Amino acid sequence: MNIRGQIRSALVLLAIMTVLLGIAYPLAITGLAQVFFPGQANGSLITGSDGKVIGSALIGQNFTGPGYFHPRPSAAGASGYDATASGGSNLGPTNKKLIDIVNQRAIAYRQENGLAAGQLVPVDAVTASASGLDPDITPANAYLQAPRVAKARGMAEADVRSLVQKHTEGPVLGIFGESTVNVLELNLDLDRLSGRSGGGGG
Amino acid sequence: MTLPGIAQLALFVALLLLITKPLGLYMTKVFSGEAVFLSPVLRPVERVIYRVIGVDPESEQRWTSYTAGVLMFSLAGVILLYLLMRLQQFLPFNPQGFGAVSPDLAFNTATSFVSNTNWQSYAGESTMSYLMDMAGFTVQNFLSAATGLSVAIALIRGLARRSSSMVGNFWVDLVRSTLYVLLPLSFGLALVFVWQGMPQNLNPYTTATTVEKGSQTIAQAPVASEEAIKQLGINGGGLFNANAAHPYENPNGLTNFLSMFAIFVIPAGLVYTFGRMVGDTRQGWAIWTAMAILFLAGVALAWPVEQGGNPLIAKLGVDQSVSALQPGGNFEGKETRFGIASSTLYTVVTTDASCGAVNNMHDSLLPLTGAVPLLNMQLGEIIFGGVGSGLYGMLIMAILSVFIAGLMVGRTPEYLGKKIQTYEMKMAMIYVLVLAADILLFTALGSVTTAGTSSIANPGPHGFSEILYAFSSGTANNGSAFAGLNANTPFFNTTIGLAMLIGRFVPVVPVLAIAGSMVRKKYVPPSLGTFPTNGPLFVVLLVGVIIIVGALTYFPALALGPIVEQLFLSAGRVF
Repeated sequence: MNIRGQIRSALVLLAIMTVLLGIAYPLAITGLAQVFFPGQANGSLITGSDGKVIGSALIGQNFTGPGYFHPRPSAAGASGYDATASGGSNLGPTNKKLIDIVNQRAIAYRQENGLAAGQLVPVDAVTASASGLDPDITPANAYLQAPRVAKARGMAEADVRSLVQKHTEGPVLGIFGESTVNVLELNLDLDRLSGRSGGGGG
Repeated sequence: MTLPGIAQLALFVALLLLITKPLGLYMTKVFSGEAVFLSPVLRPVERVIYRVIGVDPESEQRWTSYTAGVLMFSLAGVILLYLLMRLQQFLPFNPQGFGAVSPDLAFNTATSFVSNTNWQSYAGESTMSYLMDMAGFTVQNFLSAATGLSVAIALIRGLARRSSSMVGNFWVDLVRSTLYVLLPLSFGLALVFVWQGMPQNLNPYTTATTVEKGSQTIAQAPVASEEAIKQLGINGGGLFNANAAHPYENPNGLTNFLSMFAIFVIPAGLVYTFGRMVGDTRQGWAIWTAMAILFLAGVALAWPVEQGGNPLIAKLGVDQSVSALQPGGNFEGKETRFGIASSTLYTVVTTDASCGAVNNMHDSLLPLTGAVPLLNMQLGEIIFGGVGSGLYGMLIMAILSVFIAGLMVGRTPEYLGKKIQTYEMKMAMIYVLVLAADILLFTALGSVTTAGTSSIANPGPHGFSEILYAFSSGTANNGSAFAGLNANTPFFNTTIGLAMLIGRFVPVVPVLAIAGSMVRKKYVPPSLGTFPTNGPLFVVLLVGVIIIVGALTYFPALALGPIVEQLFLSAGRVF
């Protein structure tokens, strides 16, 4: 086969494959996905009673009020949890900036949650996630925040703790991944339980 | 090391072992032109394609013509992808209205996807339209993988055939790789991925009013269809900046496991295809075993180190221990749902194979953990490796090994009943030297110029590691990064773009030249002096040769980066 023939084959095949793999295949998957798994296919969105989108079950969002559980520190976008700018801090293990910021976060976490100076803080509470959109915290982190949340909402601490337990998901099939607590779902459930929004001063 | 983590690893290896033979047999049939269960559907499609592109599927090519096909098809891919990015603003499926991609970024990204590297200099969700995701990246995810697979099959034919001159027909191999292997697997996996939570839509980005009445814009995309081939084709380029750490690209532990499995599955099966086609499946299993040993060695190093946590952070009263309530370990740049076990396993898998998808940020790994992906890439992505490229790289190492064994016993080396002579050794050495020079010379350039060092994010030895990682990743066609490095600059876009092109397309020529030379040779029946290449002794020798070649070439560079950083970390020094 001569070179001109090969060039022609290359160009025509690329065109065919672009239509087949670049248009037909993804659109076929989109069609099937929208029919069989519309919730997931559209981003696992959560809507409020007014029908407006509150967020996605898979995407973390920020919470700062004492009556809500707080997510992990986020390096996505300028102020965190920017779901159009995912990413981690990329701070290396010997970078002074990392050590300093972890130290500040640990101090702030103890203050916020009324822990004694020097009390151990769960590592996920003071480190930024890879995506900056981590929807989860560890159960260790959630239980340490429970007294603060209970106090801010005037709820019994035991009720808040049992809610954390209810929202603790083990590894998939017992072996894939880790135990997690989805912060948005937990906080929405808190609001439902206490029949009000726990934002602001709580 | 946690019990579920160990169970996951054991299951991973067991499933890989189980699927190797059936998938390998299937691919053997596909590339020998035999009928398989999909033939009734795909044969007619195949025939139409051959007619339209003017190829006679019965006619085969010499290695030179085959190589010309590979290079021209790839060049056409680079040009099309470049044009799509430069004209993005005029094209459909662009609800966010993204403008043209800058010339240096478009060059870098085009070479990145066509070379099967999928280095991400771009941030997907703020740069690329859905058309780019589908008609640009998804297409090259298929085609670059199919190209690698074709080259490997040509090399296998070169080793298997006797006294011939033809190594196969590139166009037929390419079409069959795509239609029979990659497309059906991707189709199934994509649907499982959507079921497990990956989005698959063409909607404009979602605007949410958060619980605390803030506003959050959530990027969408046809994720699952691209994610499936991204893993199966061992590409690794993400739709989002955070790649497979983004919850939309990797929602839970199961998608994480399936992603890792998808990365290894085709290279594992291909090793069996190799054994089958050369007429001795033990030849394939010997290679498989060497790959598995190197894979497990990487896990055995990375996992415990990372689980141990960062001593500088431990001093701050931060709990890095593993318990029922938390996975512990070095958690900066990790996702809660993956913890340490599933993150480090992913890191090893994605850099053993030339995938480069990441579910945690490698730049934040502890120094010795970070050395594992670095070395995996520098060994040439042969531990299962890229689709096709892993096997042909490993076969070069096998040829080196029998040559060294031949020197030791003073006989002309043979591999698979064919003499290894000066020509093959020259080609093998070109292969090894091109990769080493590509990594080390570009790293040197990046380390001594302001254009290079001004992009460093982490000071001290870690900054050097960032540059070393970038060129190791580009050359080895991996695509993962120490992502703190600001690589979206004209300097890095150009140099890494060149490193990817050199790392992919220069080695293809000596590989196919070896195929062309071996295919002509007569079969020499094994004698008492023949070094058997299908037993444990060969496995040990092969692993040894790989480690020695890798260590001798890259130890000085690793000493300047991760090794010295580890010493500083132990001494409590920060930068």
